[in-house]
Amino acid sequence: MDKPLVIQLRGVRKSYKVGTPFETEILHGIDLAVRRGEFCAVMGPSGSGKSTLLNIVGLLDRPTSGSLQIATQETTALNDHDLTRLRGHTIGFVFQHHHLITAFTALENVMIPMLGANGFPNAAMRERATELIESVGLSPWKDNLAGNMSGGQQQRVAIARALAMNPAVLLADEPTGNLDSKSADTVFALLRKFNQEQGTTLLFVTHNPELADRCDKTIQVIDGMVTE
Amino acid sequence: MFSPWLPFEWIVAVRFLRQGRLQTVFIIAGVAIGVGVIVFMSSLLSGLQSNFIRRVLSTQSHIQLLQPQQVTRPLRDGPDAPKEQIEGSIVQPPLQQTKSINQWQTVVNQVRAIEGVKVVSPVASGPMLVVRGSAIRAVTVSGIEPETYFRIVDFSDKILRGTSRLRGSDILIGDELSKDLGVSVGDKLHVTAATGATSVLTIAGVFDLGNKSANQRNTFTELRTAQSLLDLSGGVTSIEVTVQDIYAAETMAQKIAASIGVDADSWIKNSAQLFSAISAQSRANTAIRFFVGLSVAFGIASVLVVSVVQKSREIGILRAMGVSRGKILRLFLVQGGLLGFGGALAGSGVGALSLVLWQRLARNADGTPLFPMEFDSTMFCIALVLATITGLLAALAPALRAARLDPVEAIRG
Repeated sequence: MDKPLVIQLRGVRKSYKVGTPFETEILHGIDLAVRRGEFCAVMGPSGSGKSTLLNIVGLLDRPTSGSLQIATQETTALNDHDLTRLRGHTIGFVFQHHHLITAFTALENVMIPMLGANGFPNAAMRERATELIESVGLSPWKDNLAGNMSGGQQQRVAIARALAMNPAVLLADEPTGNLDSKSADTVFALLRKFNQEQGTTLLFVTHNPELADRCDKTIQVIDGMVTE
Repeated sequence: MFSPWLPFEWIVAVRFLRQGRLQTVFIIAGVAIGVGVIVFMSSLLSGLQSNFIRRVLSTQSHIQLLQPQQVTRPLRDGPDAPKEQIEGSIVQPPLQQTKSINQWQTVVNQVRAIEGVKVVSPVASGPMLVVRGSAIRAVTVSGIEPETYFRIVDFSDKILRGTSRLRGSDILIGDELSKDLGVSVGDKLHVTAATGATSVLTIAGVFDLGNKSANQRNTFTELRTAQSLLDLSGGVTSIEVTVQDIYAAETMAQKIAASIGVDADSWIKNSAQLFSAISAQSRANTAIRFFVGLSVAFGIASVLVVSVVQKSREIGILRAMGVSRGKILRLFLVQGGLLGFGGALAGSGVGALSLVLWQRLARNADGTPLFPMEFDSTMFCIALVLATITGLLAALAPALRAARLDPVEAIRG
């Protein structure tokens, strides 16, 4: 039996500067379905709309038209508050430029998504964050300020942070793009591990065909169109 | 590590402020200077003003009740007079004789019964000449009831020599008069009233009212002594009143005048110039406070605007991780409030310190403080609250801007 759909896009179009003479359409009607636990590589040349697609799936941006379901929830009618909530609980982000909050330690960075959802810190959060830091192999550095860590370490903290809320979907926008090949391997292995252990669905943007080959399937984005 | 007592917004706000170390220190210093100036100036001014008022009120009552002035009315004028009739009369203002207040004992009792009245004391005063040898001085003799009058004007710290206790033929004179006439305690003075009555009085004490002309002109005797000299047997020329709230003196005076039918002058009306000077000072102080507050607000706002730009990537990440717009808004409001509060806290310290320094450095020639300064703890509290509110308001625009940031663009940087 097929696993349930976690991400489903139907006829998603995205245009910028709508209503002006400079209106440009980036995504031209995308249909896409990803099942739970799939590890998908997203490939395509720069400017093809990969990031736009990821932002829409990640509920950071809204499609101009078409519908988007995340974990069986129809999102097009949701207001900003509900969208933010859904995003916090079901989606994790790992960006190319790691994007940790430098005023906080590694452990604290991992706690932030839980803190943002709950309001007040508590012991359970710390425990979960400590576990996650351990699972990415950074226990000795957990109290280091994020700004003082190497790129590879920061990216591993970012992965731990993305998993803090135990999201159904993890979106990784070129997480290995800025790393040397050894760190890139570590990061990829980690993502693969969480994918297998926890059934997290992954969209993994990469330019590296070797890494893409190691994914379950590859989604090609070319000129705002998708081919699987 | 995170304090379990602080909510998310506070934790992040405090971290952001700590991370922007120099910015935070500078703006807190700026707020502190502003608040310090306000605290210092306000204390200085209120000390100055209450000192002024204390000095003015130390030698006079709050309200003086007098017999209504006599007026002359043209005989044929009035509502019944025919309109076409032109009258060419010259109305000469009447002479104001020294006259007793009608039924003054009743008036005293009525006034005593009014709520807020502290002391009521009748006085019979009028012009007289004192003669000693070939020296003649014109003075005002005030006949007083010592037991009530000394509760209005406290003579205990004004007597230089002798005593303030008055008996039948005693008189208290000022320092200047005693020098002019070369007399002192125990000496006799010839006092002649305009009515021709004369009396020989013994100097019981010499006082200093803190004012040269007052020391030259004012003398005090027992009420009955003055009454007989002024030919006012049993009468008084004025009734002196003190009230609990000195600033309500004018409204009290109007109330008394309306209900009892005597003229009532309050110290506020009599010292109109002083009072308008004080209120002008207060207005200037308010204006200065307002503009200092405004510049503090702009300072905080500009720091936060910069901070929003600096932190826009972090804001984007927080938004991506499910932090709501409301939380981002509050996160920056908290920063503004903390900057205002912290600055005010430091500023109160600066203000209090400069007050202490001022009191230590600014002194009279004899080494006593220029005037007693007031440390008003409620003012410090008000400064804290107002500065915090100012910080919150100043943070509003930057906070709204932060909350409205598009996370996609914020992350892209």
